Amino acid sequence: MDFQVVVLAGGTSKKLVPLVSKEVPKALLPVANRPVLSYVLEQLELSNIKDLIVVVEGADAALCVGGWISAAYVDRLHVEVATVPEDVGTAGALRAIAHHLTAKDVLVVSGDLVSDVPPGAVTAAHRRHDAVVTAMICSVPVSGLSEAGSSGAKDKTKKPGRYNIIGMDPTKQFLLHIATGAELEKDTRIRKSILRAVGQMDIRADLMDAHMYAFNRSVLQEVLDQKDKFQSLKQDVLPYLVRSQLKSEILINGAPQGQQAKENGNDKVSYRILANASTPSFHELYALGPNGSAPVRRTHKCCVYIASNSKYCVRLNSIQAFMDINRDVIGEANHLSGYNFSAQNNIIHPSAELGSKTTVGPHCMLGEGSQMGDKCSVKRSVIGRHCRIGSNVKVVNSVVMNHVTIGDGCSIQGSVICSNAQLQERVALKDCQVGLGYVVSAGCEYKGESLARKEK
Amino acid sequence: MGAQKKRAAAAAAAARVSEDPDDLARQPLQAILLADSFTTKFRPITLERPKVLLPLVNVPMINYTLAWLEAAGVAEVFVFCCAHSKQVIDYLENSEWFSQPNFTVKTIESHNIISAGDALRLIYEQNVALVDIACLLKLVSLSRLKLATCYTLTICFLVVLSFKIHGDFVLISGDTVSNMSLTQALQEHKERKKKDNNAVMTMIIKKSKPSPITRQSRLGTDELFMAIDPNTKQLLYYEDKADHSKGTICLDKMLLAENPSISLHNDKQDCYIDICSPEVLSLFTDNFDYQHLRRHFVKGLLLDDIMGYKIFTHEIHSSYAARIDNYRSYDIVSKDIIQRWTYPYVPDVKFCGNRATKLERRGICFTAFNSEIEQSRSAQVGSFTVIGYGTKIGSNSKISDSVIGEGCTIGSNVLIEGSYIWDNVIIEDGCELRHVIVCDGVIMKAGAVLKPGVVLSFKVVIGERFVVPAYSKVSLLQQPTVHDSDEELEYADNSSGTVEFSSIQGTADQSNGEMTSESSEAHKPKLGTGGVGYIWSICEGGQEEEWRHSVAPIPEDKLTELSEAMDDDQELVTQDRTALSTSGELISDSNASEGDDNEDSKDDSVYFEKEVEATFLRAVEENVKVDHVILEVNSLRLSYNMTSADCAGAVFYSMMKLAIKTPHSSAIGLLTLYPSPFSMVASNAYPIYLSGELQQNTANIITTWQKLLKSYLLEIDEEIEIILKFEEMCLESAKEFSPLFARILHILYDKDILQEDAILRWADEKEGADESDKVFVRQSEKFIQWLREASEEED
Repeated sequence: MDFQVVVLAGGTSKKLVPLVSKEVPKALLPVANRPVLSYVLEQLELSNIKDLIVVVEGADAALCVGGWISAAYVDRLHVEVATVPEDVGTAGALRAIAHHLTAKDVLVVSGDLVSDVPPGAVTAAHRRHDAVVTAMICSVPVSGLSEAGSSGAKDKTKKPGRYNIIGMDPTKQFLLHIATGAELEKDTRIRKSILRAVGQMDIRADLMDAHMYAFNRSVLQEVLDQKDKFQSLKQDVLPYLVRSQLKSEILINGAPQGQQAKENGNDKVSYRILANASTPSFHELYALGPNGSAPVRRTHKCCVYIASNSKYCVRLNSIQAFMDINRDVIGEANHLSGYNFSAQNNIIHPSAELGSKTTVGPHCMLGEGSQMGDKCSVKRSVIGRHCRIGSNVKVVNSVVMNHVTIGDGCSIQGSVICSNAQLQERVALKDCQVGLGYVVSAGCEYKGESLARKEK
Repeated sequence: MGAQKKRAAAAAAAARVSEDPDDLARQPLQAILLADSFTTKFRPITLERPKVLLPLVNVPMINYTLAWLEAAGVAEVFVFCCAHSKQVIDYLENSEWFSQPNFTVKTIESHNIISAGDALRLIYEQNVALVDIACLLKLVSLSRLKLATCYTLTICFLVVLSFKIHGDFVLISGDTVSNMSLTQALQEHKERKKKDNNAVMTMIIKKSKPSPITRQSRLGTDELFMAIDPNTKQLLYYEDKADHSKGTICLDKMLLAENPSISLHNDKQDCYIDICSPEVLSLFTDNFDYQHLRRHFVKGLLLDDIMGYKIFTHEIHSSYAARIDNYRSYDIVSKDIIQRWTYPYVPDVKFCGNRATKLERRGICFTAFNSEIEQSRSAQVGSFTVIGYGTKIGSNSKISDSVIGEGCTIGSNVLIEGSYIWDNVIIEDGCELRHVIVCDGVIMKAGAVLKPGVVLSFKVVIGERFVVPAYSKVSLLQQPTVHDSDEELEYADNSSGTVEFSSIQGTADQSNGEMTSESSEAHKPKLGTGGVGYIWSICEGGQEEEWRHSVAPIPEDKLTELSEAMDDDQELVTQDRTALSTSGELISDSNASEGDDNEDSKDDSVYFEKEVEATFLRAVEENVKVDHVILEVNSLRLSYNMTSADCAGAVFYSMMKLAIKTPHSSAIGLLTLYPSPFSMVASNAYPIYLSGELQQNTANIITTWQKLLKSYLLEIDEEIEIILKFEEMCLESAKEFSPLFARILHILYDKDILQEDAILRWADEKEGADESDKVFVRQSEKFIQWLREASEEED
């Protein structure tokens, strides 16, 4: 397979503070006690992709990620870890490693994608139409708690957030329009020219870009070279390619014209065979001259692969998403976790110790070597390794990472407790995040706060 | 008047029916047929004959519509006649339509109606009036006040108001050809209506992709953009009469918030067949400005979110529906009829008002013949041709893809291609006709040639060997002198057209000979020797647009030209985009296409600024009170959705502009008026006395209008906005101020327009800016320093 795979593992995302820190970059955040990056790597491994480049922002983070990968995947994958400066954006990251890219197509995956969609399906869709870019699209995740929460949360669950406005052709193969970010707040403008070419466009507000792209390598590099202002694949490169698909500026001034034309010719044949379609796509029709003569216009194709609704596909790009993913991976989407669930629908590591009258409900996970005192109750939560939890502790809808100490009588609801944090007696937390190594003193009550050590 | 009595009885019956709610389900289906298109596209033909009576494959159009309505299960049709109403009514009265079982046709006549909206309003008013009279009748009978006069009056009314809409009805115009079944669409409409009382209309649509090059459908209508909810089929957006200059379709953000999934269509054609609920009539009355069914009514409903009325669509797939809107659709629909897409309404099947013709199969093509044709052996009649009764065709004539009416005489060596020749036309030897329409009674002298797209109206005579140029329209009537370029005027003109015509027609018969002789004298050279008629000059849209709606196929070179134009178009758009994108990126890493939207809001603010400036200048000229100016600016602010900071900026901008424009008086040395120890000596080359004057002007204006300005300075942010605005002006639009920056700042401070906090914060903000950005901070350094010291002292 002439595909190179680039995993953009990011660095320490500001959105995820205080969960991330220099020691724990985003890629290593635990989802069901496994770094989130492992989900992507294992999906790729399943598709038999073993050579990949993992791009990490920032040297410290790269060191952490590199260390973990070499330890965890020493015999299984051939991974090259590349470091790029922080805040270069996804496009900048690719620009920085451009010299590593040699294959015909490049698959770019975000390292924070937790999904069971086979990457092979995306690459196949890409190849089938000989597209310049193929983006994976998935349904917008239903955020928030499914159970009763505060009234505000309830409203949120009713109305899923909007991430993108996506326009596709009726066959749902081609991407015709994409709006992201601030554009969502404005009226949607659809170009008539593309609508004329395609006839019908389905516009969906309930889908989002999952940040897994297959790019034609030469096109990608050309765009990155020419548009040196482009920072983000999602917000700059993809919309640019979508926008210019009927008036392609690429391919013309990139590789030598003759070679390009020849390549195109070959592609046309292979395309026809692969697509097994007697009807040309609207791109080709549009490209034709007035009387069906030789193509007069340059077009390129932007394709989509829509993950089916039964597949799980969420990006870990916010604290809420972190909570949701942890809940789903040990709950509804537990096939992703790779663990075997017990009859009670939970996972308690054999080495974990439970005190008397302590209950661990379904959809829970208790990591290796963790100890719990008496009369504790754990519901829909993940507890990491080597945690020490006192007696009479309630943990509901929360994520507790490794080496956390929780004193007696604590109540934790909808919160994230990072590694090495310490909760003294009778702490009550609701919808809080406790940063790495933070100590919550006895008897404190917090609601909806983010607690972390001050950065020195 | 027996008929009228009958009508009265029917009305009374209808009134009774409507009072019985249980009967609603079994109500017979009604239809309103507009026997007027309220446009001028078929002129000059429609000056003499109403459009619905024009023959389509030798059958008047209205017969297709009525036959379809009858087959579709409509029990009662109200034919609304405006232009040439007498002709329409006469035709219908002599036709079989009035004697059909289970199918009643009633005519409504009105002359002062100029649009479909007016027609529906009239129907509604009479509907309501009828109910009123019914009540009145009841009241009368109850009170037993048998006033004879009262009765006669009521009956008189009833005679006029002999129709009533009592349920869902089909709204259609008399130029529609269809063979679709209404059952399903009607069912859907009724079910929707039951669930949601606001679902007032179901529009029939059909797939038909317009050509991307000409941007019009095969029927010659403008391309249509629609947004439809794919699940409920609700219509969310409708844009015909596309504005080509706008390259985008703008969907309201609320639309997408409410519907996560929308289908945007450019590949659908509006069939102009609507199933309406009775509310539609009242809607037209409520909104008296609705004229056009689509442009006003549909768009009005879509935009109006207060009442929440909804329009739905029903797509037909295998059946046929098309409206004849222009000459091109006349051509296309005729061909469709000949090629039997409209079965059973085809030439060889007898439906009301036509005589079935014999079909001959030639190869794979059809040619419809009538038995009484005199055809010379050497004449060649090609495929897809219909020839009417009693037509004679001379030797060696070639006819293909054409329709020829009854009683025509065609000489020898005549070439007819893709043309429509109506009844009793005489074509002499050697004529050539390609893609033309020739109306009744036309005489073409030998050797005359009609170029593609020509329309010859009734009884025109074309002289020997005369070549009629392409796309020209020839009529015995002179072109109306009132030319309407405006959309609105189209209706008005139409009505005047009919009035004008009726007067002509009244005298036409008597003065026919006179008229012809007169016109032939005056216009002999125009149509060759012996020619009679006027060639209309092409107006409205000009010749360039003529090919769009003509019977002739679009010429090759036009297509190439257009497709090239399309390329340029596209290029412009992309260039635009890329140019903008770079600017968009500079601001942040926001995406490129946002630049487009930024541009828009920028436009808005520019307009806003201009409006405010105009308001302000007018206020100064007319001495308007400050309070009123505030009101006006406030309303502008609301309509442009601006913040008070924007207002403050705009007002300030206009004040400063005024200061520059104010003629400089001769007073010199006014510098002393505002002795500002903090100002630096103006390093600019601008003459110092002028600056002084300018400063004086500014001071005066600020003093006069400070109240206006202050009303927008609610918070410190707005004050900073003013300083920034001023800075911007000094750099760009009003460089005259740049040496005066510090002084005017001081004036503003003195007048309490700017607080020291604002100035200091502005200075702080600028601290980190580029050197070039700090010019004015530098200039006012002393002043700022003084302010700082003063505030410290206070502390």
